[in-house]
Amino acid sequence: MSLDVLVCVKRVVDSTGEVVLTEDGQSADGRYAGFTLSNHEECAIELAVQTATAAGGSASVLTLGEPEAVDQLRSALAVGCTAATHIGADPGAFGPADVAREIAAVIRDHEGSGRPHDLVLLGNDAADTGDFQVGIRLAHELGRPVVNGAATIAVEDGHVVAGVKGPEGRETYRVPLPAVVTVLEGGVEPRYPTVPGRMKAKKVEIEQRTPSTEPAGPNRRRLRLPPPQPSEVQVLGKGADAAAAVVDLFEQLGVVAR
Amino acid sequence: MILVLVETDATGAVEVSRETLTFARDLSAAGGGVPIDAVVVGALPCPVADLAAQLASYGVRDVHHATGDAFGAYGGAAWASAVQSVRASVGSVVVTAAGTPRGMEVLAHLAARLDVTMAANVVAFDGLAPFTVTRQVVGGAALEDMVLGERPAIFTVAGHAVEATTAATPGEGRVVTTAPEVAAADLVARVVSAEPAQEDLSGGLKSARVVVGAGRGAGSADGFGDLLELVDLLDGALGVSRVVTSLGWRPHHEQVGQTGSRISPDLYVACGISGAIQHWAGCASAKTILAINTDPDAPMVAKAHYAVIGDLHEVVPAINEEIRRRRPA
Repeated sequence: MSLDVLVCVKRVVDSTGEVVLTEDGQSADGRYAGFTLSNHEECAIELAVQTATAAGGSASVLTLGEPEAVDQLRSALAVGCTAATHIGADPGAFGPADVAREIAAVIRDHEGSGRPHDLVLLGNDAADTGDFQVGIRLAHELGRPVVNGAATIAVEDGHVVAGVKGPEGRETYRVPLPAVVTVLEGGVEPRYPTVPGRMKAKKVEIEQRTPSTEPAGPNRRRLRLPPPQPSEVQVLGKGADAAAAVVDLFEQLGVVAR
Repeated sequence: MILVLVETDATGAVEVSRETLTFARDLSAAGGGVPIDAVVVGALPCPVADLAAQLASYGVRDVHHATGDAFGAYGGAAWASAVQSVRASVGSVVVTAAGTPRGMEVLAHLAARLDVTMAANVVAFDGLAPFTVTRQVVGGAALEDMVLGERPAIFTVAGHAVEATTAATPGEGRVVTTAPEVAAADLVARVVSAEPAQEDLSGGLKSARVVVGAGRGAGSADGFGDLLELVDLLDGALGVSRVVTSLGWRPHHEQVGQTGSRISPDLYVACGISGAIQHWAGCASAKTILAINTDPDAPMVAKAHYAVIGDLHEVVPAINEEIRRRRPA
């Protein structure tokens, strides 16, 4: 079968450095930190491309966000996705249910125009809001089965087989297509874009859409930073000379026998 | 009534579920003492009577045990169906669970089918009128105040948001067995096979009393020899930062952080780790943190309780040698 995989991503502030909030306390400020995708979504893109390629199909990418979110779509196009959809909107005004509804509207439209998405992949949770819900809410909107937290996926006999790290070991799910799967980092290494890949991505025409309904919102009052904790670090020494003080500490803590 | 989804292992309720019950008790007290019920689903790895007694010590009134073929293998939608059934029968105004993958999944299904908001990773509640919670966002680097105005209010509690403590006045811990009906559609996505795998090694990381962490400062895939020896000497586990797994030096199941394991050992020895927010999100609950780093201004050093300034490749072998030297012959 020819498989069409849609991967949904979100432009998020790069939080590897210090997090700064906007003055209105409604979002993280990315003016200096820059923007990226969450680790889970990078893996979702990789799995989408691998799975589609293995099945002789294609992978496409979708985002809801401000105009600049097209950068993240082009990143996905540069590593193997072949089509992209941008729902232009202020993502801060959309809660998880709103986002799921908008993605579902696009999928239904694509389906109506003869382009069904057999498999929809999302990150397990967004690196900024960490809502853990869009995939499940999307599955409910579409009436499709959903597997959460997959590290690996394969498609066989009209089913998606997903490997999930469960509380007691590796769990396997096998659900019929069409389906929704959320991806957790760890099962696959995202590839880096090549220069030809980037050049090709620039030329892809991106489908532009507007939201289908007014968002209900994320129920957010405000964001705030935890109060800074003054450093109370006790320096035990420098270099190898500190070893005795370190082992004294270990003995004090009872992690080595006195 | 507050309904708490409780996850279990051979010892009874898992620690994060006991923390959630403690959180629920604070909420109950603020609400004038509304009762707390627990729901457990499927075959239990411990006797239900023992579990009920344990949950009673955390203030639980009734333990609703959902049984039946539908719960023979884990499925998020089926579990949500069971929780929804119990919720409907007892009329709970709050449904909560630990912020574990299963807690998140089951409550997200429940919130979706009830079309109400869910708050993930709550660490505190700030008021009841309206019901306002504070939750961790951006990997714990920021907090969000969020209103949960709908009924039921659905949220998960972040690990280590509170310390699990038993109640001053125990609950009754009555077992109520129930066999909820589950729609066929809710049984489509279920575990079809499970096997203890290599990833299970992360279980050791999460439960280890001592974790030796390593970051970019390890230098290469071959740079872990002394660190692994220290792990062995401390009878601990190795945890690594994301950059280490991204570079392919160590497997992902050893990763500590926002997208790896969240740990709370008695001692975390962070070697050559700068302390990015994502890593801090995974180790902040360690009781004591010792940082070994060449950079005295690294965030990990500033946040640690103790530090040694130096190259881990010089410091760690010296520590290993000192431990061996002090060992009784």
